[in-house]
Formats: sequence, structure tokens, C-alpha cells
Amino acid sequence: MRVLMFGWEYPPHITGGLGTACFGLTKAMVNQGDEVIFIVPKAYGDESTEAARIVNASDVVIDLSSDYYKEYWSNLSYIEVNSKLIPYVGMDDYYNVINRRVKDREETAHLNSKRKYEFTGKYTSSLMDEVEKYAMVAASMARDYDYDIIHAHDWLTYKAGIVAKNISGKKLVIHVHATEFDRSGENINQAVFDIEKYGMDNADHIVCVSDLTKNIVITRYGQNPDKVSTIYNGANSLIYKDIQVEKAVKEKVVTFLGRITFQKGPDYFIEAAAKVLKYDKNIRFVMAGSGDMLNRMVALVAKKRISKHFHFTGFLKGDDVTKMFALSDVYVMPSVSEPFGISPLEAMNANVPVVISKQSGVSEVLKYAIKVDFWDIDAMANAIYCLVHYPALSKMFIKKGKKEVEEIRWEDSAKKLRNLYYKLLS
Amino acid sequence: MKSICFYFQVHQPFRLRNYRFFDIGRNHSYFDDMQNAWICRRVADKCYLPTNKLMLELIRQHRGAFKISYSISGVALDQFEQFTPEVIDSFKELAKTGYVEFLAETYTHSLSALKSKQEFTSQVNIHSRKIEQLFGQKPKVFRNTELIYSDTIGEMVAEMGFKAQLSEGAKHILGWRSPNYAYQHPSNNGLKLLLKNFQLSDDIAFRFSQHTWDGYPLTTEKYVDWLNQVDNPECINLFMDYETFGEHQWKETGIFEFLKHLPSRVLSHSDYSFNTPSELADNLKPVDKIYVPYPMSWADEERDLTAWLGNDLQDDAFDQIYELEEKVRKIDDLNFWVDWRYLQTSDHFYYMCTKWFSDGDVHKYFNHYDTPYEAYMNYANVLSDFRIRLDDALDISLLPKMEHMLFEREEEKTSETKKPKKTTVKKTAAKTTAKKTATATKTTAKKTSTKEKTDSKTPKTTKTKTTKSDK
Repeated sequence: MRVLMFGWEYPPHITGGLGTACFGLTKAMVNQGDEVIFIVPKAYGDESTEAARIVNASDVVIDLSSDYYKEYWSNLSYIEVNSKLIPYVGMDDYYNVINRRVKDREETAHLNSKRKYEFTGKYTSSLMDEVEKYAMVAASMARDYDYDIIHAHDWLTYKAGIVAKNISGKKLVIHVHATEFDRSGENINQAVFDIEKYGMDNADHIVCVSDLTKNIVITRYGQNPDKVSTIYNGANSLIYKDIQVEKAVKEKVVTFLGRITFQKGPDYFIEAAAKVLKYDKNIRFVMAGSGDMLNRMVALVAKKRISKHFHFTGFLKGDDVTKMFALSDVYVMPSVSEPFGISPLEAMNANVPVVISKQSGVSEVLKYAIKVDFWDIDAMANAIYCLVHYPALSKMFIKKGKKEVEEIRWEDSAKKLRNLYYKLLS
Repeated sequence: MKSICFYFQVHQPFRLRNYRFFDIGRNHSYFDDMQNAWICRRVADKCYLPTNKLMLELIRQHRGAFKISYSISGVALDQFEQFTPEVIDSFKELAKTGYVEFLAETYTHSLSALKSKQEFTSQVNIHSRKIEQLFGQKPKVFRNTELIYSDTIGEMVAEMGFKAQLSEGAKHILGWRSPNYAYQHPSNNGLKLLLKNFQLSDDIAFRFSQHTWDGYPLTTEKYVDWLNQVDNPECINLFMDYETFGEHQWKETGIFEFLKHLPSRVLSHSDYSFNTPSELADNLKPVDKIYVPYPMSWADEERDLTAWLGNDLQDDAFDQIYELEEKVRKIDDLNFWVDWRYLQTSDHFYYMCTKWFSDGDVHKYFNHYDTPYEAYMNYANVLSDFRIRLDDALDISLLPKMEHMLFEREEEKTSETKKPKKTTVKKTAAKTTAKKTATATKTTAKKTSTKEKTDSKTPKTTKTKTTKSDK
């Protein structure tokens, strides 16, 4: 099977799971003998150095020149298209992320004495322009290759996939890692929604990362259920460094780690923290990450008068993420809407018991996790309290959790995807 | 002699309410009265009342040729008394016929046999007394929670004077031997063992309405044919949950019709007679000794304890509840006894089982928790509160010994005139406990065995409560 895939690069220092997912999936596909032509947008100036480095969600640098990855590369054509597109974002995030990246870039640019990145002022329209531009460029590149099927990851590449489909007449599979409803709640951006719906309407099949997402695709985008399948992400592509960190505080540490945005439900974490702290002051809560709700969250912590026991770390990257996990006794993911959610898997892998919201795709595959409704702060607080206080419970999660993560395999996802391709083509 | 022996298990646990950590130290009512009442009502209407009515008719119709036996857990009886007293009445009706035997078990359907001999014996004793008080017969045959049995348990049961115990005809114990005979405990203590024929029992209890089963639909004709095909049996022990009738197998499956016609079909088309466990124990000669070094049960394919014990959550909870035994005995207050014993019910541990993560449907039916963790967290929170209460009560009960010291301190403090409130509270606490221990010693002097009895509305309990609320 030869697959033309519109995917995402694996830039360093990202917090989203889309790059990781693309990496895990393509690696498993190549391992099972498929050929993948992988087309990615590349936005920044120092591609040449980055091209040999792929970084996963927890930001561990992988050396692609090592033997381990050589086989992977031999069946994979990796094509980069100049584009400012970045994965996993909506309009607002686009601004923030680009802005942050520009700052990063400025620093590195300064160090490398390379050219400074130029950026247009009109973010919103520029994002849509980029989507169009990417579609045209990518599709024209795709013309030069021979393949059996087209596969596009998330809304920014749907148009590229459709153009490729129209040119080649091959079938198109789109892969929904998140929808606009996950990113923005009910206040969706109509332009984004339109592209998503356009992609789904024109796809021959829609792959979703969870049943949760599948339901949204069916109900909110009016798709025929027969055309929609769930293929869960794997977890075993994650590669971790074992970092030994000495705990500096004697209290138990309960952690939230992720973008501080509506989607991630940081406010529910704080409400639950306040409930627990009312009864037990020997716990410290940490909120790691940044995002548009950060200031409001700082204010909320102050209002609840729990700042003595509540800490903000700001945006974490690289080893700091791993260190944060190593310091934690409980990891909480209170997401309001999480199509899949890779971070609990990283926590479990780092021997941290997790509390996750039932409104996450990953809760559909995990057994060794405490699942609560994101709005049920009583249940969330109770779960945190119990994990901190009852060693039998936390020990069981630590013992079984790591093994469970290892068994959520990308190979199974790739196999399911391959069967789906065959079914579509027959 | 060719006998069919029916034994039905009647049990309802006191399910815990949703007990969060905010409740610890604040809320001391642990059980979900609403849910328990609702389930009791539902099962009474669907199963206990109609089935008891049918059994009564059958017994009367066959004038002594149809006999059955029940084991009703004490916690089920307690709930019937509270929520559906007419169920008790209907069992009394059955008892009056003289053709129904009531078996002994642990009062709270507990796993105490595996942990504490003292607790096990006293639970069996209070259960036997309860049965005698309600149904006018003293149980002579014992059946343990979930038919759990081992050589050690058999030893204790024989010591208590029971002539037989019921258990599972587990393949890994019996090997080539057949469950259709009486067996005995290895140590010549006279304890006979009646073992369940799980094939024929489960045909009714589990497979009756299974469309994919070869035997479906099960008719009395077919079933009696099968009984007749059994090679040279002495007794066929049909042991099952009573809730099979109308609750596990709904009325619409035809289970009641089956039951209604089974006795007459057996009596007219086979040479089986119906006998109670006591009759079997009296009449059958054991064919062999049975060695059971590790406990077996009637649960799941494994016929072991792994539905209740084995994972870390279950083992931890189990250890913790029995760790408290010493303290509960020391305080000897009815409130503590009741809670502690209700918390021993095996179902609490069953809810924490993780082994059927993959094939959960059968078990999910009996489980009101979404996950084993919720079950554990709830239970652990309740235990935390219970432990605090116990320790508080113990502090108070230790006070009399230090009373003279307290008075000295009181004098010191009154001279300081600071925090006078606290001292007075302590003083009253000391006084009431002094009284309390006085009454307690009186009662214990009377008879140690009466202490578990649920009749003691003695002032001592109310007193400990008031001292607490003062605090």
C-alpha cells in the first residue's frame, strides 16, 4: 500500500500531540510494509538542522540518523512544503503560538545569525491564505508521485487532500484529531468549521481518534455513521528519558500540565484543589503550562485563597516536563473536551497515577485511571484525596499503569487503518 | 436413596452510599438507605414474594414430597425487617409447613472465616439465633459465604456442632469423583460435605434463558431426562441464588412455569425424592474424605476467592477492616458492632474486583459502581471515618483510668481561667464514660455471648453519642 499523507512535522518544543501521533502512526505503517509519502508544512528558517530531529510530545529529542530509525526512513519519503501552518490550533491559538515561535526564533536567529523571521500583521486572514496556499503547493507536489490512497491529518490539510483527490482520482481518508468544538466549545469559528465540514463531506472515509470525536463528527457535522470509524492512537512511540529527580517538598504534589485554555478545563482543577485543601493542607497543587486563561486562573487561585499551596510554573519544555512528572504524585487531566489526550499516558509511563475526565478519548482505552466528569469537582477532589491518602490505590495504578500504556500500540492502529484502506479500495 | 436437594441463597448487602472524603469525620451514616430500600422492594416484588408464594403452593400440593432449604443472610433479614416485612412473613409461612430447612451462615455474609475465628464463630452464632427467633428452628447444617470452604473452615464448623456443610463440587478438588454423593472432612470430626452439582444447578441458574445454549429452551421434561441419565447418584445438590427466580431470570423467560411443574414431573417420571440437607446428612454415608488445603468457592470458572480477594485494593480493604476488630471489641458499643459487621459483607470486596475488566457484563449487573476504584475509594473513606470514631471512642474510654490526673489538671486550669469550656466537656466525658464502663462491665459479666445481640438499646450507646456531639 502506498499512501500519500498530508501530515505534520515534528518540531521541537511543542505541547500538542498531533506531531507525535503522525510520527507513531507512520512509523508503524512503514514497519508493517506500507509506503508513506509524507508531506508536511514547514514554517521556519532553520529547517535544515531540524530535519534530522524529531521530537515527541514530551519533547525528547530523537536522533533520526541512528540505526533505529534508518529502516523507518527507507520507506518514507519526507517532503516539506514552505508554509506557516502549525498543527492543533484554531485562529486564536495561531496568533499566540506564532508569536511565541517568533520570539523563540528571534533568539535562535540571533544566535545562529540567520535572517529574522518576517511575519504579517493580519493573522486570521493569513491563516486561511496559508491553508489555500498549502493546498495548492502540496497538491502540485503530490502530482509527481504514485500512490493508492490519500490520507490527511486535521483540518488544515483537508483542502490539500481534496485537491490531491481531484487531481489523482484516488480515495481520500481524513483523520480527525480534534474538531472546532473541542478547541472552542460552542463559540466556534465558522470559517474553520466550514473547512472541516467541507473536508468531511468530500472524504471517502473519516477516521476519528475516539468514539467521543466520532460522535461529534456524526452529530455536529452531519456525517453518515457508516463513513466514520474510530482508530485509537497508540502510545508506544513515546520515548522517555529516565530522569531521577529528588523531591524538594515533603508534601504530595498534584499536577495539571497542558495548555491553560478552555478545552483543558484548568478552572475545574482549581475548584477541586480548593476542595481538597479545605480538608488537607499537606498537598501542593501545580499548574504547568500557559495559555489564554492563565491570568484568570491566577486570579481564581488568589480568590480561593489557596495560593500558599498552589503553584504556576509557566510554559514547560524539554526535560522540565519530564521532571514535572517525576515530581508529581497525581496527574489530573480535567479536559472539557479532549479528542484523545496523550499526556495521561506520559504521566502513567512516568509512574504517576492519573485522574482523567470522562470527556476524553483516552478514557475510552484506559482501565488504570480514575475517570470523572470534568464538571464533577466533588468526584475529582475525592479521587485526588484518595490517591494521596490510600497507598494501596496509588500503588496499584503505578504498578499496572506503565504496562497498560505499553500495550496501547501504534501497530494495532496501523493494522486497523490498513484494513480500512483495503475495504475502501475493494 | 436418590435425592434432589434444593438450597437457595437469599442475600442483599447493605450497599454503601456515595461517601466522599468531605464526609470523613462529619457524616457517620454509611449506608444508602434509599438505594437499599429500592432494591429490596424491587427484588421482593420480582422474586421473593412470588417465588415464596409458589413454593408454598408446591409444598402444600405435594404434601411433604417437595422439600427445600434456604440460607438467608442476616443482612438480608435486617433489610427485610426494615423495608419489606412481608417477605419475612412469607418465609415464616414456609417455615410453618415443616418442609423447609433454614441453614446457618455468617450474619453479614462475610469472609470472616478466612481471617478471624472469633469473629466467624460469633457471626454464625448470632445468625443461628436470629433464624431460630424468626423461623423456630435451630440450624444444623452450615453453608459459608459464597460456599467458601477449606479444611480449616470445616474444622471450625465441626467444632460449632454442625453436622454438615455445603460447598462447591469443584473439579479441581473432586477430580474424577462425582459431586452426587456425600463426602466428609478429613479429620474424622463427623462433618459431612454436600457438594453442588454445578452442571445441573447452572442449567437453571445461568443457562435457562440463554438462546445460544444447546439445551435451550429448557423444559421440565428435558431436565428430568437429564436427571434420569445421571449415573447412579445418591444426591443431586441443586444450589443456586434464590434471585434466579424472577430477578436473574425474568418472569418472561418462563422460569416460574418451569419451577411450578418441576416437582410433579420429578415425582412422576423419576425415582428421585426431594430431601433437605439435614436429611441427607443423617441418611447418607460419606463415600470419601475430601482434602481442601486452599479455600474454594462457587464463583466463576476458577472456583476460588479471586472475585473478593487478591488484588491490592481488595487485600488492603480486607486487612484494614479486620485490623479494627480489636478496637471494636474493646469499645463494645452496639453502634460500632453494627457498622463494623455490615462493612464486612463480601459484596464490598466483590465490587473492587479488577479481573473482569474485559468480560464485565455478568458482574456489572451486580455492581452499582462504575469501576473497582470507585468502590475502593468509597470503602476506604468510610473506613477512615470509622477509624476516627473508634479512636475517639477509645480515647474517651481510656479516660477513667486517668481521671485523677484530669481533676488535677482541671484545678490548674480553673486557676488559669483560660479555656474553661474545654475542661467542662472533658469532665462530662469522663463522668459519662465512667458510668458507661460500669454498665459495660455489668453486661459483660452477665454473659459474653449476648454482647453482639441487637437488642441492647442500653443507655450506654446514647451516652457515647452525646459526649461526642458535645465535643
